[in-house]
Amino acid sequence: MSKPIEHDYIGLSEQPLPSMEKSSDTNDKKNGLRLKDTELRLGLPGSDSPEREDHVQNVLSLKSFVSGSKRGFSDALDGGRKWVFPGGSGGGSEGLFSPRRSGNNNGGNDLSEPDSGLDGSVSKDGAAHKPLVVQEKKSHVGNTAPASNRAQVVGWPPIRSFRKNTMASHPPKNDDDDNAEAKLGSGCLYVKVSMDGAPYLRKVDLKIYGSYKELSSALEKMFSCFTIGQCGSHGVSSRDGLSESRLIDLLHGSEYVLTYEDKDGDWMLVGDVPWEMFTNSCKRLRIMKSAEAIGLAPRAMEKCKNRI
Amino acid sequence: MESSELKRSKDSVNSCESARRSSFPDEVLERVLSLLKSHRDRSSVSLVCKDWYNAERWSRTHVFIGNCYSVSPEIVARRFPRIRSVTLKGKPRFSDFNLVPENWGADIHAWLVVFAAEYPFLEELRLKRMAISDESLEFLAVSFPNFKALSLLSCDGFSTNGLAAIATHCKNLTELDIQENGIDDIGGSWLSCFPESFTTLEVLNFANLTSDINFDALEKLVGRCKSMRVLKLNRSVSLEQLQRLLVNAPQLAELGTGLFSQELTIREYEELESALSNCKNMHTLSGLWDATGIYLPALYLACTHLTFLNLSYAALQSVELAKLLAHCPQLKRLWVLDTVEDKGLEAVGLNCPLLEELRVFPADPFDDEIVHGVTEAGFVAVSFGCPRLHYVLYFCRQMTNAAVATIVQNCPDFTHFRLCIMNPGQPDYLTNEPMDEAFGAVVRTCTKLQRLSVSGLLTDLTFEYIGRYAKNLETLSVAFAGRSDWGMQCVLGGCPKLRKLEIRDCPFGNAALLSGLEKYESMRSLWMSACNVTMNGCRLLAREMPWLNVEVMKEDGSDDSQADKVYVYRSIAGPRRDAPPSVLTL
Repeated sequence: MSKPIEHDYIGLSEQPLPSMEKSSDTNDKKNGLRLKDTELRLGLPGSDSPEREDHVQNVLSLKSFVSGSKRGFSDALDGGRKWVFPGGSGGGSEGLFSPRRSGNNNGGNDLSEPDSGLDGSVSKDGAAHKPLVVQEKKSHVGNTAPASNRAQVVGWPPIRSFRKNTMASHPPKNDDDDNAEAKLGSGCLYVKVSMDGAPYLRKVDLKIYGSYKELSSALEKMFSCFTIGQCGSHGVSSRDGLSESRLIDLLHGSEYVLTYEDKDGDWMLVGDVPWEMFTNSCKRLRIMKSAEAIGLAPRAMEKCKNRI
Repeated sequence: MESSELKRSKDSVNSCESARRSSFPDEVLERVLSLLKSHRDRSSVSLVCKDWYNAERWSRTHVFIGNCYSVSPEIVARRFPRIRSVTLKGKPRFSDFNLVPENWGADIHAWLVVFAAEYPFLEELRLKRMAISDESLEFLAVSFPNFKALSLLSCDGFSTNGLAAIATHCKNLTELDIQENGIDDIGGSWLSCFPESFTTLEVLNFANLTSDINFDALEKLVGRCKSMRVLKLNRSVSLEQLQRLLVNAPQLAELGTGLFSQELTIREYEELESALSNCKNMHTLSGLWDATGIYLPALYLACTHLTFLNLSYAALQSVELAKLLAHCPQLKRLWVLDTVEDKGLEAVGLNCPLLEELRVFPADPFDDEIVHGVTEAGFVAVSFGCPRLHYVLYFCRQMTNAAVATIVQNCPDFTHFRLCIMNPGQPDYLTNEPMDEAFGAVVRTCTKLQRLSVSGLLTDLTFEYIGRYAKNLETLSVAFAGRSDWGMQCVLGGCPKLRKLEIRDCPFGNAALLSGLEKYESMRSLWMSACNVTMNGCRLLAREMPWLNVEVMKEDGSDDSQADKVYVYRSIAGPRRDAPPSVLTL
């Protein structure tokens, strides 16, 4: 909102931009060398002095743009790694403008005022002047905490999107196999689902389901447009309380059977093994016509016996 | 000679008498200055006197613009009438990490329109972090009959259709370099758009396109472009196809393979090995997607003169790397994934005494519970074996002050030191102290340091050290660090050569921001996000410094008084008019 003012650079700063000065003197050269980073020189006075028009742009943002947490720093703090900074040190510069934080930050972690409630909020473990990060981290190693608080921090670690996407879709080699559809470290497990007779395939993330029941109702919703829909059209309510064995019964009773390809490349009947074991070994799903599935179940049983 | 030059030289001859009284005739001066390539030297030269300023501007053929908004295309065209090559950079670097809103700007089109009018003989365009549409690419392709080289790095907004337009119309194309862009990859038929008569391509890099390409077209293209020296393929090209290409292009100096994993017969393997070893000029090797130990030996003979090896898309284990490096004695630059672990880095130290640059990328950056990766030990091992090391980018999960002190003692010539301890604010894991002394050692010992990225738990002391010792520092990146405004003030008060300062998630507020008032005009730009800066602070800065553009990007739902993301840069073009609504110019 500043008014357009012609500024003589010589008056404005200690180190005037030398290109604004008139003629050759050694001072220029010295400044020029100091400022040799400037890729493009400003014009000589009188030649190319552009008027600076001021455009007041008062339009506030209505768009939401891609970004995650607003305060990555405080999120990282609240993600369980609480740090204590020894209070009171650090040169204590309050300056002219004390930054005001109203409710934006959780828990009043106002780090620019070292003697504010920091110690209070974080000193649970008593070791007031030691950062707690390392201890926290060690205690995390053993448990099954979700793969990242770090994943909530936008743009950290600083890795370019291309590399991130490449590593996500083609994860570094496991002992397992080359054709894993699994995305490591991002907490999802997408597998292809095909249905005999359907014109296209779908993908589901196995990690978001906790049981065969959830998976089957999701699949049913996904593919209901292709089936005659005996077992599906009445919706979820009729399927409450289904156990895993009921799923198989239902599918056996209908035109279709749910099968999956496991790590060894064999086609198995869905539902035989515990859910976790299934998600670890499932590479793709196939909704097979019952007619084709004859003979599948006995082989699947045999395999399970061998495995156990 | 162009007619304008003839005319001017005639004038100079006529005024030769008077010219002799001054330094040189213009044409001589111009000839001399035309030999100057460095834009910094040219900037210095232009400041000497008005004659030199003019001679420089008439002799300059390449212009480098580090911030596309610092100047307008009209101003550039007015000052430099004879430009053949332009390098432009757009968005702030943190846009690589999704911190910059979409549609932020940096669109090339307005520049192209001016160039088409003022530089019809434009030959080269190199863009970094700019937005470029297919329409712009097509406009480029048809507007410049002499166009030779197009390089797009981290750009976005275009698709393979735009590439098709370039291939179709640019009859003199020598370079097409498409790296790490947000490209809409519709398909590979763009390669077929190069006409049969087209033979001039020297550089072709499409490594980051994800879709299948038309291999037949590629094979023919490579076959007829006998001057091709750089070929970087994408993942879709198989080993067998690679072999066929190499047989026709043994002159390649830089090769980026496709997928380095395929079932090959013994004969196919031997053919591949032979084709690779026939590339006697090869000094750069990259790609190697999904490379495993099985086929790496095919590279051994080709690596004898290798100076740059990019394994950052190949998740190698330490043993595999060690075996490969035994064949790379001339290596100067190495990029790897941290799957090679410390043992792999020990092998680097043992096998690559000439190493100057090392980058270690994390294979699993978002998983806290990974126990492997690299540690301080690997870095230390490299430093013992590679005293010439001067550029490092190192992602790790643990570091100590002592290790860094040892590293810089072994390698005092660092110019670029980028250390990323991936857990924000993590201290020295042995002593639990902040990592201040580590970076203190870096800036004290490495007097040539130009670029520094800090990480780990850092107090203001780190920044005191930086301000006091880092006399040549030009670029500083800071995240999750510092205690108070004092830290940032130290940097702004010291560091005489500072050009780019990017800060995220630090407790620096208005006092810090405003302490750099005069400094910002000698810098290219300042970025501060998720700090304690308020709108009032930014307004004050904008008011005091009219030659700075102060832009604030607000996030949804944040406090009205907070300035969530601030981007400040000097400009003689005034505030920009193409900012989206989410970006406020103060």
